[in-house]
Amino acid sequence: MTTVRILIAKELSNSFHAWGTYIGYIVFFGICGFCTWLSSNNIFYTGQANLLSVFHVINWTQFFMIPALTMKSIADEKRSGTLELILTQPVRVSELVDGKFFAYLLLALIALLLTLPYYITIAFLGTVDHGTVFLGYLGLMGMAACNISIGLFASSLSYSPISAFFIHLGIGLSFQFLFGFLAGLFHNGFLNSFFNYLSLEEHFETLTRGILDSRSLVFFLSVCILFLSLSKLFIYKSRF
Amino acid sequence: MDVVVENLTKCFGPQKAVDSVSFKAKKREILGFLGPNGAGKTTTMKIMACFLFPDYGNIRFGDLSIHKHARKIKQLIGYLPEHNPLYEAMNVMDFLTFIARLHHIPNYKMASRINDMIRIFSLENEKHKTVKELSKGYRQRLGLAQALIHDPKVLILDEPTTGLDPNQIIEIRELIKEIGQEKTVIISSHILAEIEATCDRVLIINKGRLVADGTAAELRDKSATDKVLRTRIAGAGEEEIFRALSAVGEINRIHRPDTGGFELQCGRKVNLEKTIFDLCTRNGWYIDELTPVETRLEDIFRQVTQN
Repeated sequence: MTTVRILIAKELSNSFHAWGTYIGYIVFFGICGFCTWLSSNNIFYTGQANLLSVFHVINWTQFFMIPALTMKSIADEKRSGTLELILTQPVRVSELVDGKFFAYLLLALIALLLTLPYYITIAFLGTVDHGTVFLGYLGLMGMAACNISIGLFASSLSYSPISAFFIHLGIGLSFQFLFGFLAGLFHNGFLNSFFNYLSLEEHFETLTRGILDSRSLVFFLSVCILFLSLSKLFIYKSRF
Repeated sequence: MDVVVENLTKCFGPQKAVDSVSFKAKKREILGFLGPNGAGKTTTMKIMACFLFPDYGNIRFGDLSIHKHARKIKQLIGYLPEHNPLYEAMNVMDFLTFIARLHHIPNYKMASRINDMIRIFSLENEKHKTVKELSKGYRQRLGLAQALIHDPKVLILDEPTTGLDPNQIIEIRELIKEIGQEKTVIISSHILAEIEATCDRVLIINKGRLVADGTAAELRDKSATDKVLRTRIAGAGEEEIFRALSAVGEINRIHRPDTGGFELQCGRKVNLEKTIFDLCTRNGWYIDELTPVETRLEDIFRQVTQN
Protein backbone atom coordinates (compact mmCIF):
# COMPACT_ATOMS: atom_id res chain seq x y z
CA MET A 1 0.00 0.00 0.00
CA THR A 2 1.34 3.43 -0.79
CA THR A 3 1.59 5.96 1.99
CA VAL A 4 -1.38 8.03 0.73
CA ARG A 5 -3.63 4.95 0.71
CA ILE A 6 -2.52 4.05 4.24
CA LEU A 7 -3.37 7.58 5.41
CA ILE A 8 -6.76 7.52 3.64
CA ALA A 9 -7.56 4.18 5.31
CA LYS A 10 -6.62 5.57 8.72
CA GLU A 11 -8.67 8.77 8.30
CA LEU A 12 -11.73 6.85 7.09
CA SER A 13 -11.39 4.32 9.89
CA ASN A 14 -11.15 7.13 12.47
CA SER A 15 -14.15 8.93 10.93
CA PHE A 16 -16.36 5.84 10.92
CA HIS A 17 -15.42 4.99 14.51
CA ALA A 18 -16.62 8.39 15.68
CA TRP A 19 -20.22 9.42 16.34
CA GLY A 20 -19.70 12.79 14.66
CA THR A 21 -19.65 11.38 11.13
CA TYR A 22 -22.99 9.60 11.55
CA ILE A 23 -24.58 12.63 13.21
CA GLY A 24 -23.27 14.75 10.36
CA TYR A 25 -24.82 12.42 7.79
CA ILE A 26 -28.14 12.42 9.65
CA VAL A 27 -28.18 16.24 9.76
CA PHE A 28 -27.22 16.40 6.08
CA PHE A 29 -29.98 14.05 4.99
CA GLY A 30 -32.40 15.66 7.39
CA ILE A 31 -31.90 19.09 5.82
CA CYS A 32 -31.75 17.88 2.21
CA GLY A 33 -34.73 15.59 2.63
CA PHE A 34 -36.83 18.22 4.34
CA CYS A 35 -36.05 20.91 1.78
CA THR A 36 -36.59 18.55 -1.16
CA TRP A 37 -39.73 16.73 -0.07
CA LEU A 38 -41.40 18.46 2.85
CA SER A 39 -40.76 22.20 2.79
CA SER A 40 -43.16 24.71 1.29
CA ASN A 41 -40.92 24.94 -1.76
CA ASN A 42 -40.61 21.19 -2.28
CA ILE A 43 -40.28 19.22 -5.51
CA PHE A 44 -44.02 18.64 -5.82
CA TYR A 45 -44.71 22.36 -5.56
CA THR A 46 -42.17 23.09 -8.32
CA GLY A 47 -43.89 20.47 -10.42
CA GLN A 48 -40.94 19.77 -12.67
CA ALA A 49 -39.02 16.51 -12.86
CA ASN A 50 -35.60 18.02 -12.55
CA LEU A 51 -33.21 18.06 -9.69
CA LEU A 52 -32.16 21.71 -9.96
CA SER A 53 -33.58 22.72 -6.59
CA VAL A 54 -32.25 19.51 -5.03
CA PHE A 55 -28.77 20.32 -6.25
CA HIS A 56 -29.02 23.83 -4.82
CA VAL A 57 -30.11 22.51 -1.46
CA ILE A 58 -27.35 19.91 -1.40
CA ASN A 59 -24.81 22.54 -2.48
CA TRP A 60 -25.63 24.93 0.36
CA THR A 61 -25.90 22.16 2.96
CA GLN A 62 -22.54 20.85 1.84
CA PHE A 63 -21.15 24.37 2.02
CA PHE A 64 -21.87 24.57 5.75
CA MET A 65 -21.14 20.97 6.64
CA ILE A 66 -17.73 20.65 4.97
CA PRO A 67 -16.07 23.34 7.18
CA ALA A 68 -17.33 21.39 10.20
CA LEU A 69 -15.79 18.25 8.72
CA THR A 70 -12.40 19.69 7.81
CA MET A 71 -11.86 22.27 10.54
CA LYS A 72 -10.10 19.90 12.91
CA SER A 73 -8.06 18.08 10.28
CA ILE A 74 -4.73 19.82 10.65
CA ALA A 75 -5.48 22.19 13.52
CA ASP A 76 -6.04 19.25 15.87
CA GLU A 77 -2.88 17.52 14.69
CA LYS A 78 -0.88 20.65 15.46
CA ARG A 79 -2.54 21.15 18.83
CA SER A 80 -2.21 17.60 20.08
CA GLY A 81 1.32 17.26 18.71
CA THR A 82 0.50 14.31 16.45
CA LEU A 83 1.80 16.35 13.51
CA GLU A 84 5.25 15.78 14.99
CA LEU A 85 4.48 12.07 15.36
CA ILE A 86 3.31 11.65 11.77
CA LEU A 87 5.98 13.81 10.12
CA THR A 88 8.78 11.90 11.85
CA GLN A 89 7.48 8.72 10.23
CA PRO A 90 8.52 8.34 6.55
CA VAL A 91 5.60 10.51 5.42
CA ARG A 92 5.90 13.65 3.32
CA VAL A 93 3.77 16.71 4.01
CA SER A 94 2.23 16.34 0.54
CA GLU A 95 1.26 12.74 1.28
CA LEU A 96 -0.33 13.76 4.59
CA VAL A 97 -2.41 16.52 3.02
CA ASP A 98 -3.39 14.42 -0.01
CA GLY A 99 -4.39 11.56 2.29
CA LYS A 100 -6.71 13.81 4.28
CA PHE A 101 -8.11 15.40 1.11
CA PHE A 102 -9.05 12.11 -0.52
CA ALA A 103 -10.45 10.72 2.72
CA TYR A 104 -12.77 13.70 3.14
CA LEU A 105 -13.65 13.57 -0.54
CA LEU A 106 -14.71 9.96 -0.12
CA LEU A 107 -16.88 10.93 2.85
CA ALA A 108 -18.51 13.66 0.73
CA LEU A 109 -18.93 11.20 -2.16
CA ILE A 110 -20.70 8.72 0.12
CA ALA A 111 -23.11 11.47 1.19
CA LEU A 112 -23.80 12.34 -2.45
CA LEU A 113 -24.26 8.70 -3.44
CA LEU A 114 -26.79 8.30 -0.68
CA THR A 115 -28.88 11.09 -2.25
CA LEU A 116 -29.29 8.92 -5.39
CA PRO A 117 -32.66 7.62 -4.12
CA TYR A 118 -34.01 11.17 -4.69
CA TYR A 119 -32.95 10.93 -8.34
CA ILE A 120 -34.36 7.42 -8.71
CA THR A 121 -37.67 8.50 -7.15
CA ILE A 122 -38.03 11.53 -9.39
CA ALA A 123 -37.06 9.42 -12.42
CA PHE A 124 -40.05 7.20 -11.66
CA LEU A 125 -42.34 10.21 -11.21
CA GLY A 126 -41.49 11.95 -14.45
CA THR A 127 -39.07 12.20 -17.36
CA VAL A 128 -35.68 13.27 -16.10
CA ASP A 129 -32.83 14.51 -18.24
CA HIS A 130 -30.22 12.01 -17.09
CA GLY A 131 -27.31 13.91 -18.61
CA THR A 132 -28.18 17.02 -16.61
CA VAL A 133 -28.41 14.97 -13.43
CA PHE A 134 -25.02 13.42 -14.09
CA LEU A 135 -23.46 16.84 -14.67
CA GLY A 136 -25.19 18.16 -11.58
CA TYR A 137 -23.62 15.47 -9.44
CA LEU A 138 -20.28 16.19 -11.11
CA GLY A 139 -20.72 19.83 -10.14
CA LEU A 140 -21.51 18.85 -6.58
CA MET A 141 -18.38 16.69 -6.43
CA GLY A 142 -16.35 19.58 -7.78
CA MET A 143 -17.81 21.95 -5.21
CA ALA A 144 -17.14 19.44 -2.42
CA ALA A 145 -13.55 19.02 -3.57
CA CYS A 146 -13.00 22.78 -3.67
CA ASN A 147 -14.55 23.26 -0.25
CA ILE A 148 -12.48 20.45 1.25
CA SER A 149 -9.27 21.92 -0.14
CA ILE A 150 -10.20 25.36 1.24
CA GLY A 151 -11.01 23.68 4.58
CA LEU A 152 -7.62 21.96 4.73
CA PHE A 153 -5.92 25.27 3.95
CA ALA A 154 -7.87 27.08 6.67
CA SER A 155 -7.04 24.29 9.13
CA SER A 156 -3.35 24.47 8.32
CA LEU A 157 -3.32 28.16 9.22
CA SER A 158 -4.57 27.84 12.77
CA TYR A 159 -4.21 25.82 15.96
CA SER A 160 -7.87 26.06 16.81
CA PRO A 161 -10.60 24.27 14.83
CA ILE A 162 -13.01 27.16 15.45
CA SER A 163 -10.78 29.76 13.81
CA ALA A 164 -10.25 27.32 10.94
CA PHE A 165 -14.04 27.10 10.60
CA PHE A 166 -14.38 30.87 10.38
CA ILE A 167 -11.46 31.29 7.99
CA HIS A 168 -13.05 28.65 5.79
CA LEU A 169 -16.44 30.37 5.90
CA GLY A 170 -14.78 33.63 4.95
CA ILE A 171 -12.93 32.20 1.96
CA GLY A 172 -15.83 29.95 0.96
CA LEU A 173 -18.36 32.77 1.01
CA SER A 174 -16.04 34.86 -1.16
CA PHE A 175 -15.86 32.13 -3.79
CA GLN A 176 -19.50 31.17 -3.50
CA PHE A 177 -21.16 34.52 -3.12
CA LEU A 178 -18.90 37.57 -3.07
CA PHE A 179 -17.27 37.15 -6.47
CA GLY A 180 -20.67 36.60 -8.12
CA PHE A 181 -21.95 39.74 -6.40
CA LEU A 182 -18.93 41.76 -7.54
CA ALA A 183 -19.41 40.46 -11.08
CA GLY A 184 -22.96 41.82 -10.91
CA LEU A 185 -21.65 45.27 -9.95
CA PHE A 186 -19.51 45.56 -13.07
CA HIS A 187 -22.09 45.03 -15.74
CA ASN A 188 -19.77 44.67 -18.69
CA GLY A 189 -16.12 44.38 -19.48
CA PHE A 190 -13.09 42.65 -18.15
CA LEU A 191 -13.87 42.86 -14.41
CA ASN A 192 -17.28 41.34 -14.95
CA SER A 193 -15.88 38.28 -16.73
CA PHE A 194 -12.93 38.11 -14.29
CA PHE A 195 -15.18 37.88 -11.22
CA ASN A 196 -17.59 35.61 -13.04
CA TYR A 197 -14.75 33.22 -13.73
CA LEU A 198 -13.67 33.29 -10.08
CA SER A 199 -17.17 32.60 -8.77
CA LEU A 200 -17.63 28.94 -7.84
CA GLU A 201 -21.39 29.44 -7.87
CA GLU A 202 -21.26 30.48 -11.52
CA HIS A 203 -19.42 27.32 -12.57
CA PHE A 204 -21.74 25.16 -10.54
CA GLU A 205 -24.78 26.80 -12.16
CA THR A 206 -23.34 26.10 -15.60
CA LEU A 207 -22.98 22.42 -14.82
CA THR A 208 -26.40 22.02 -13.22
CA ARG A 209 -28.01 23.56 -16.31
CA GLY A 210 -26.50 20.69 -18.27
CA ILE A 211 -23.66 22.55 -19.96
CA LEU A 212 -20.38 20.65 -19.76
CA ASP A 213 -17.90 23.49 -19.97
CA SER A 214 -14.25 22.47 -19.58
CA ARG A 215 -13.56 25.87 -18.01
CA SER A 216 -15.65 24.85 -15.02
CA LEU A 217 -13.81 21.56 -14.58
CA VAL A 218 -10.44 23.26 -15.01
CA PHE A 219 -11.48 25.90 -12.47
CA PHE A 220 -12.49 23.30 -9.88
CA LEU A 221 -9.21 21.47 -10.40
CA SER A 222 -7.22 24.71 -10.16
CA VAL A 223 -8.89 25.77 -6.91
CA CYS A 224 -8.18 22.34 -5.40
CA ILE A 225 -4.55 22.36 -6.49
CA LEU A 226 -4.05 25.95 -5.31
CA PHE A 227 -5.42 25.46 -1.82
CA LEU A 228 -3.83 22.05 -1.30
CA SER A 229 -0.46 23.50 -2.32
CA LEU A 230 -0.95 26.41 0.05
CA SER A 231 -1.77 23.98 2.91
CA LYS A 232 1.37 21.99 2.19
CA LEU A 233 3.41 25.20 2.06
CA PHE A 234 2.11 26.47 5.40
CA ILE A 235 2.69 23.15 7.16
CA TYR A 236 6.18 22.92 5.67
CA LYS A 237 6.94 26.52 6.67
CA SER A 238 5.87 25.94 10.27
CA ARG A 239 8.81 23.57 10.64
CA PHE A 240 11.38 26.30 9.96
CA MET B 1 25.05 3.66 12.82
CA ASP B 2 27.07 6.73 13.78
CA VAL B 3 25.30 10.02 14.26
CA VAL B 4 27.40 13.13 13.66
CA VAL B 5 26.05 16.57 14.52
CA GLU B 6 28.04 19.42 12.99
CA ASN B 7 27.67 23.06 14.06
CA LEU B 8 23.94 22.83 14.52
CA THR B 9 22.31 26.22 14.96
CA LYS B 10 18.61 27.04 15.33
CA CYS B 11 17.02 30.37 16.17
CA PHE B 12 13.41 31.06 17.06
CA GLY B 13 13.15 34.74 16.27
CA PRO B 14 15.79 36.54 18.31
CA GLN B 15 16.39 33.56 20.62
CA LYS B 16 19.17 31.12 19.76
CA ALA B 17 17.78 27.81 20.92
CA VAL B 18 20.73 25.78 19.65
CA ASP B 19 24.08 27.49 19.20
CA SER B 20 26.74 25.68 17.17
CA VAL B 21 26.33 22.28 18.81
CA SER B 22 28.62 19.52 17.56
CA PHE B 23 28.94 15.99 18.87
CA LYS B 24 29.14 12.41 17.74
CA ALA B 25 27.13 9.40 18.87
CA LYS B 26 28.88 6.15 18.04
CA LYS B 27 27.28 2.88 17.10
CA ARG B 28 26.10 0.80 20.09
CA GLU B 29 26.43 3.77 22.42
CA ILE B 30 23.83 5.23 24.75
CA LEU B 31 24.21 8.99 24.79
CA GLY B 32 22.52 11.07 27.46
CA PHE B 33 21.39 14.66 26.96
CA LEU B 34 21.22 16.76 30.08
CA GLY B 35 20.35 20.37 30.47
CA PRO B 36 18.19 22.83 32.36
CA ASN B 37 14.77 23.83 30.99
CA GLY B 38 15.04 25.75 27.75
CA ALA B 39 18.59 24.57 27.11
CA GLY B 40 17.86 23.28 23.61
CA LYS B 41 17.70 19.50 24.16
CA THR B 42 14.24 18.99 22.65
CA THR B 43 14.99 21.34 19.75
CA THR B 44 18.17 19.38 18.94
CA MET B 45 16.24 16.13 19.05
CA LYS B 46 13.45 17.48 16.83
CA ILE B 47 16.07 18.52 14.27
CA MET B 48 17.68 15.08 14.49
CA ALA B 49 14.29 13.48 13.86
CA CYS B 50 13.92 15.66 10.73
CA PHE B 51 10.85 17.43 12.08
CA LEU B 52 12.41 20.90 12.35
CA PHE B 53 14.92 22.39 9.95
CA PRO B 54 18.10 23.97 11.33
CA ASP B 55 19.23 27.44 10.36
CA TYR B 56 22.78 26.27 9.97
CA GLY B 57 24.71 23.03 10.30
CA ASN B 58 24.17 19.42 9.37
CA ILE B 59 23.40 16.10 10.96
CA ARG B 60 24.67 12.93 9.36
CA PHE B 61 23.34 9.43 10.05
CA GLY B 62 26.10 7.33 8.54
CA ASP B 63 26.29 8.70 4.99
CA LEU B 64 22.81 10.22 5.01
CA SER B 65 22.29 13.94 5.59
CA ILE B 66 19.12 15.49 7.03
CA HIS B 67 19.12 18.05 4.21
CA LYS B 68 19.16 15.54 1.37
CA HIS B 69 17.94 12.17 2.66
CA ALA B 70 15.29 13.04 5.24
CA ARG B 71 12.87 10.32 4.13
CA LYS B 72 15.53 7.58 4.28
CA ILE B 73 16.65 8.81 7.69
CA LYS B 74 13.08 8.66 9.00
CA GLN B 75 12.97 5.00 7.98
CA LEU B 76 16.09 4.30 10.02
CA ILE B 77 15.30 6.19 13.22
CA GLY B 78 12.76 5.67 15.96
CA TYR B 79 11.65 8.84 17.71
CA LEU B 80 9.69 9.34 20.90
CA PRO B 81 8.59 13.02 21.07
CA GLU B 82 8.61 14.93 24.33
CA HIS B 83 4.93 14.79 25.26
CA ASN B 84 4.37 11.44 23.56
CA PRO B 85 1.57 12.53 21.21
CA LEU B 86 -0.65 9.66 20.11
CA TYR B 87 -3.90 9.38 18.18
CA GLU B 88 -6.34 9.31 21.09
CA ALA B 89 -9.28 7.84 19.25
CA MET B 90 -7.36 4.89 17.84
CA ASN B 91 -7.21 1.44 19.32
CA VAL B 92 -3.76 0.21 20.45
CA MET B 93 -3.53 -2.57 17.86
CA ASP B 94 -4.83 -0.32 15.07
CA PHE B 95 -2.31 2.33 16.01
CA LEU B 96 0.62 -0.10 15.94
CA THR B 97 -0.63 -1.53 12.65
CA PHE B 98 -0.88 1.96 11.18
CA ILE B 99 2.69 2.85 12.20
CA ALA B 100 3.94 -0.52 10.95
CA ARG B 101 2.25 0.07 7.57
CA LEU B 102 3.76 3.54 7.29
CA HIS B 103 7.17 1.95 7.66
CA HIS B 104 6.22 -0.52 4.91
CA ILE B 105 6.89 -3.55 7.08
CA PRO B 106 6.02 -6.53 4.83
CA ASN B 107 2.64 -8.14 5.54
CA TYR B 108 4.11 -11.49 6.49
CA LYS B 109 6.23 -9.84 9.21
CA MET B 110 3.66 -7.36 10.46
CA ALA B 111 1.70 -9.55 12.86
CA SER B 112 4.85 -10.95 14.46
CA ARG B 113 6.42 -7.49 14.89
CA ILE B 114 3.26 -6.11 16.48
CA ASN B 115 2.98 -9.11 18.80
CA ASP B 116 6.65 -8.73 19.74
CA MET B 117 6.10 -5.09 20.68
CA ILE B 118 2.99 -5.99 22.70
CA ARG B 119 4.97 -8.65 24.53
CA ILE B 120 8.13 -6.58 25.14
CA PHE B 121 6.19 -3.61 26.49
CA SER B 122 3.63 -5.73 28.40
CA LEU B 123 0.66 -4.26 26.55
CA GLU B 124 -1.14 -7.62 26.39
CA ASN B 125 -3.98 -6.59 28.70
CA GLU B 126 -4.31 -3.15 27.14
CA LYS B 127 -4.17 -4.03 23.49
CA HIS B 128 -7.90 -3.74 22.86
CA LYS B 129 -8.30 -0.38 24.56
CA THR B 130 -8.29 2.97 22.81
CA VAL B 131 -5.29 5.18 23.47
CA LYS B 132 -7.26 7.68 25.55
CA GLU B 133 -8.23 4.91 27.99
CA LEU B 134 -4.60 4.05 28.75
CA SER B 135 -2.81 5.24 31.86
CA LYS B 136 0.27 7.45 31.48
CA GLY B 137 2.67 4.54 31.94
CA TYR B 138 1.03 2.47 29.23
CA ARG B 139 0.87 5.46 26.89
CA GLN B 140 4.61 5.88 27.37
CA ARG B 141 5.12 2.19 26.60
CA LEU B 142 2.98 2.52 23.49
CA GLY B 143 5.06 5.52 22.42
CA LEU B 144 8.22 3.45 22.85
CA ALA B 145 6.62 0.57 20.96
CA GLN B 146 5.86 2.80 17.95
CA ALA B 147 9.46 4.05 18.04
CA LEU B 148 10.82 0.51 17.97
CA ILE B 149 8.35 -1.38 15.81
CA HIS B 150 10.36 -1.03 12.61
CA ASP B 151 13.64 -2.07 14.29
CA PRO B 152 15.41 1.25 13.75
CA LYS B 153 19.18 1.62 13.85
CA VAL B 154 19.04 4.85 15.88
CA LEU B 155 16.66 5.55 18.73
CA ILE B 156 15.96 9.13 19.81
CA LEU B 157 13.99 9.32 23.04
CA ASP B 158 12.95 12.64 24.53
CA GLU B 159 12.37 12.14 28.28
CA PRO B 160 11.25 8.53 27.98
CA THR B 161 10.55 8.01 31.69
CA THR B 162 8.58 11.15 32.52
CA GLY B 163 5.58 10.38 34.65
CA LEU B 164 6.39 6.72 35.17
CA ASP B 165 6.39 5.02 38.53
CA PRO B 166 9.72 3.70 39.94
CA ASN B 167 9.06 0.10 38.82
CA GLN B 168 8.31 1.17 35.28
CA ILE B 169 11.35 3.47 35.24
CA ILE B 170 13.58 0.53 36.10
CA GLU B 171 11.93 -1.63 33.43
CA ILE B 172 12.38 1.03 30.76
CA ARG B 173 15.96 1.60 31.90
CA GLU B 174 16.76 -2.11 31.54
CA LEU B 175 15.12 -2.13 28.15
CA ILE B 176 17.11 0.87 26.96
CA LYS B 177 20.33 -0.76 28.18
CA GLU B 178 19.45 -3.92 26.27
CA ILE B 179 18.62 -1.99 23.11
CA GLY B 180 21.80 0.06 23.49
CA GLN B 181 23.87 -3.07 23.05
CA GLU B 182 22.91 -3.22 19.36
CA LYS B 183 21.70 0.25 18.42
CA THR B 184 22.66 3.87 18.91
CA VAL B 185 20.41 5.42 21.54
CA ILE B 186 20.15 9.10 22.34
CA ILE B 187 18.03 9.95 25.36
CA SER B 188 17.31 13.15 27.19
CA SER B 189 16.19 13.44 30.74
CA HIS B 190 16.01 15.69 33.74
CA ILE B 191 16.65 12.77 36.10
CA LEU B 192 20.43 12.83 36.53
CA ALA B 193 20.57 9.52 38.37
CA GLU B 194 18.86 7.86 35.45
CA ILE B 195 21.24 9.33 32.88
CA GLU B 196 24.16 8.22 35.01
CA ALA B 197 22.74 4.72 35.41
CA THR B 198 21.76 4.21 31.77
CA CYS B 199 24.14 6.16 29.58
CA ASP B 200 27.65 5.47 28.38
CA ARG B 201 28.28 9.13 27.65
CA VAL B 202 26.74 12.36 28.86
CA LEU B 203 26.28 15.66 27.04
CA ILE B 204 25.35 18.72 29.04
CA ILE B 205 23.70 21.59 27.17
CA ASN B 206 23.11 25.02 28.62
CA LYS B 207 21.49 27.97 26.81
CA GLY B 208 21.93 26.26 23.45
CA ARG B 209 25.63 25.54 23.90
CA LEU B 210 27.37 22.27 24.65
CA VAL B 211 29.15 22.74 27.97
CA ALA B 212 30.25 19.19 28.80
CA ASP B 213 30.81 16.03 26.79
CA GLY B 214 32.21 12.77 28.14
CA THR B 215 31.60 9.71 30.27
CA ALA B 216 30.53 10.30 33.87
CA ALA B 217 34.05 9.39 35.04
CA GLU B 218 35.67 11.79 32.55
CA LEU B 219 33.37 14.58 33.65
CA ARG B 220 34.29 13.95 37.28
CA ASP B 221 37.99 14.07 36.42
CA LYS B 222 37.55 17.26 34.46
CA SER B 223 35.54 18.94 37.16
CA ALA B 224 38.82 19.48 39.03
CA THR B 225 37.52 18.67 42.47
CA ASP B 226 39.55 16.75 44.96
CA LYS B 227 38.91 13.11 45.72
CA VAL B 228 37.08 12.57 49.01
CA LEU B 229 37.35 9.40 51.10
CA ARG B 230 35.13 8.64 54.05
CA THR B 231 36.93 6.48 56.60
CA ARG B 232 36.44 4.94 60.04
CA ILE B 233 39.48 3.50 61.74
CA ALA B 234 39.27 1.50 64.94
CA GLY B 235 41.92 0.24 67.33
CA ALA B 236 42.83 3.54 68.93
CA GLY B 237 41.25 6.74 70.17
CA GLU B 238 39.79 9.27 67.68
CA GLU B 239 42.30 11.98 68.66
CA GLU B 240 45.32 9.69 68.13
CA ILE B 241 44.06 8.63 64.71
CA PHE B 242 43.34 12.26 63.85
CA ARG B 243 46.90 13.27 64.75
CA ALA B 244 48.32 10.42 62.65
CA LEU B 245 46.16 11.35 59.67
CA SER B 246 47.10 15.04 59.99
CA ALA B 247 50.72 14.01 59.64
CA VAL B 248 50.06 12.42 56.23
CA GLY B 249 51.30 14.97 53.68
CA GLU B 250 49.03 13.96 50.78
CA ILE B 251 45.82 14.79 52.65
CA ASN B 252 44.70 18.36 51.83
CA ARG B 253 41.88 18.56 54.32
CA ILE B 254 40.31 16.48 57.09
CA HIS B 255 36.66 16.95 58.00
CA ARG B 256 35.16 15.32 61.10
CA PRO B 257 31.41 14.80 60.58
CA ASP B 258 29.06 14.51 63.58
CA THR B 259 28.43 10.85 62.85
CA GLY B 260 32.06 10.01 63.60
CA GLY B 261 34.89 8.91 61.35
CA PHE B 262 36.75 11.24 59.00
CA GLU B 263 36.34 12.68 55.51
CA LEU B 264 39.72 13.01 53.88
CA GLN B 265 40.28 15.23 50.86
CA CYS B 266 43.26 14.66 48.58
CA GLY B 267 44.31 15.14 44.95
CA ARG B 268 42.53 13.14 42.23
CA LYS B 269 45.55 11.05 41.31
CA VAL B 270 46.78 10.32 44.84
CA ASN B 271 46.51 6.70 45.99
CA LEU B 272 45.38 7.59 49.49
CA GLU B 273 43.83 4.17 50.10
CA LYS B 274 47.28 2.55 50.14
CA THR B 275 48.68 5.23 52.45
CA ILE B 276 45.85 4.70 54.96
CA PHE B 277 46.26 0.92 54.77
CA ASP B 278 50.01 1.23 55.41
CA LEU B 279 49.33 3.62 58.31
CA CYS B 280 46.90 1.17 59.92
CA THR B 281 49.24 -1.78 59.40
CA ARG B 282 52.12 0.12 61.06
CA ASN B 283 50.02 1.07 64.10
CA GLY B 284 48.03 -2.14 64.40
CA TRP B 285 44.71 -0.42 63.66
CA TYR B 286 41.97 -1.76 61.42
CA ILE B 287 39.81 -0.10 58.82
CA ASP B 288 36.10 -0.17 59.60
CA GLU B 289 35.04 1.81 56.57
CA LEU B 290 36.79 3.23 53.52
CA THR B 291 34.33 4.64 51.00
CA PRO B 292 35.04 7.03 48.14
CA VAL B 293 32.58 9.93 48.13
CA GLU B 294 31.97 10.43 44.40
CA THR B 295 31.31 13.86 43.10
CA ARG B 296 27.73 13.58 42.04
CA LEU B 297 26.78 14.32 38.49
CA GLU B 298 24.31 16.76 39.97
CA ASP B 299 27.17 18.83 41.37
CA ILE B 300 28.97 18.83 38.02
CA PHE B 301 25.71 19.78 36.35
CA ARG B 302 25.19 22.70 38.69
CA GLN B 303 28.81 23.74 38.25
CA VAL B 304 28.62 23.93 34.45
CA THR B 305 25.12 25.34 34.10
CA GLN B 306 25.21 28.08 36.65
CA ASN B 307 27.81 30.46 35.22
